[in-house]
Amino acid sequence: MLLPGAMELYMSTVLSAQQQAAGKAQPTTADKLALPVTFSALTRSFGSGTSEHVVLRDINLEVRAGEVLAIVGASGCGKSTLLRAAAGLDAPTTGAVLIDGTPVNGIDDRCAVAFQEPRLLPWLSLRANVAIGLPRGTGAAAGKAKVTELLGLVELADFAEHRPREVSGGMAQRASLARALARNPGVLLLDEPFGALDALTRLKMQDLLLDIHRAQPTTVLLVTHDVDEALQLADRIIVLGKSTDPARPGASVTEVLTVPGRRPRDRNSADLGRMRSSLLATLGVKGH
Amino acid sequence: MTQENAYPVSKEGLAANGHTLTTVDDDGPATQPNEPAPGLLSRRPVRLLLGLVVPALILVLWQLNSVVGVFSAVQLPPPSAVGTAAVELIERGELWIHIAISTQRVLIGFALGATLGLALGALLGLSRLADALLSPTIGALRAVPSLAWVPLLILWMKIGEDSKVTLILIGAFFPVFTTLFLALRHVDRNLVEAARAFGLKGIRLLTTVQLPAVVPAVFSGLRLALAQAWLFLVAAELIASSLGLGFLLTDSTNNGRTDRIFLAIILLAVIGKTTDALLGIAERWAVRRWT
Repeated sequence: MLLPGAMELYMSTVLSAQQQAAGKAQPTTADKLALPVTFSALTRSFGSGTSEHVVLRDINLEVRAGEVLAIVGASGCGKSTLLRAAAGLDAPTTGAVLIDGTPVNGIDDRCAVAFQEPRLLPWLSLRANVAIGLPRGTGAAAGKAKVTELLGLVELADFAEHRPREVSGGMAQRASLARALARNPGVLLLDEPFGALDALTRLKMQDLLLDIHRAQPTTVLLVTHDVDEALQLADRIIVLGKSTDPARPGASVTEVLTVPGRRPRDRNSADLGRMRSSLLATLGVKGH
Repeated sequence: MTQENAYPVSKEGLAANGHTLTTVDDDGPATQPNEPAPGLLSRRPVRLLLGLVVPALILVLWQLNSVVGVFSAVQLPPPSAVGTAAVELIERGELWIHIAISTQRVLIGFALGATLGLALGALLGLSRLADALLSPTIGALRAVPSLAWVPLLILWMKIGEDSKVTLILIGAFFPVFTTLFLALRHVDRNLVEAARAFGLKGIRLLTTVQLPAVVPAVFSGLRLALAQAWLFLVAAELIASSLGLGFLLTDSTNNGRTDRIFLAIILLAVIGKTTDALLGIAERWAVRRWT
């Protein structure tokens, strides 16, 4: 058994080693701060008049700087719409998204998105695709160094000159993640980024995402339909769901859960098991 | 893409324009659709030889006809007579002139028509305003059978090079215009959205995503346009000319020189196939480079 002092010493050694590792992996991004995101009375509807279709209703949510927030919900409940509003790819009907206190208006250079599909340009090498994520005005040498570093981080250094169709789906998705990171985002928006991958690759990608988050601790909004993924990766989980009241159409935040334990978490822990059951029950899946 | 496209574009071009189906699995590279199974038939020399089987068979049957005499020599002169006609025209120095003037007309008309097609296709494909303004007119012009322009062209430009080149221009314009216009309209929205999410817009979005995405389609369009250009060349030369392969056809018809008619047809086939093959090589390169 360790003495309290020794434990403290051990922890601080681990921490500083981690910080060093993080600093070594990301010398150019260590200065960049993670940014808080606020969804303020956000409503999004499509169409107008009698054909109006409310997707999101009155979303109020504070995402802390540097936290990983998972957004779960039944399909078609507006998870992606919420993410797209934060990215500036879509504008809310009423309400606003604030990043670090200032509203998102159009494409926001403080955010970077990775989609469910890699969406890489097929005629460019992985290196050139990642370089698309670089902020405008990045110098050629600095940009090249950054891209090389990120390709190393997502373990694609040997495939830098390959075209997207020459690599596997998982590799393409890693390149897509590197492209998002190249933007040096204060907020990383992930729209079911591992949803199309096979189960094994998905687990590897989740671990990779944790590594990346340690190395570059941005705020992460992760849309997922995989409850286990949310439990494994997130600090908090929000559930989007529809009200049973027909007078209040559209999805809103029905539950906010804080996931216990530090990452990486034991996938078999009893706490997580209970949480999984209750989450699945909330999502309408009984008896798990 | 494939449904709206009125023209049967090549396999490579189609595969490139449509939504490329990438199968997501981690066992290896995403598999390409339409990949021929590796076998004897996919080997290039074998395919080349097989392609020559039918022409050789035709030649044999043709030669056989002169022995059996199903068709008279006037209707179907033997292959040797066509060869003699070629030698005769070469010796008189006429054949090269016919070929040269026809090729020149095709190339100039094709170049002008393709340029115009690229310009207008890009304009209407990228600008909703230009589309709303010009699409109905261009659609109506396209509905006019191209030979209907001939009287007008002759009236305006007289019988000369201009009227012929203009007719070929019209023929080459529409395939290029249509394929580029449709391709720009069908650039993968997901790719455009992803690029926009990374701050690309305006000219940079155009040069980074939209233009590279349509390069293979442009080459398919150019190939179709070239075929159309040869078609319209013959139409133009049949109507009024004193030189060219189309003229050789009418002149030989008037003089009852079936051997020369065959010579002209064979030359059109060979030259047309050659220019198409050259563009085909360029197209395959473009598809490899841009998809």
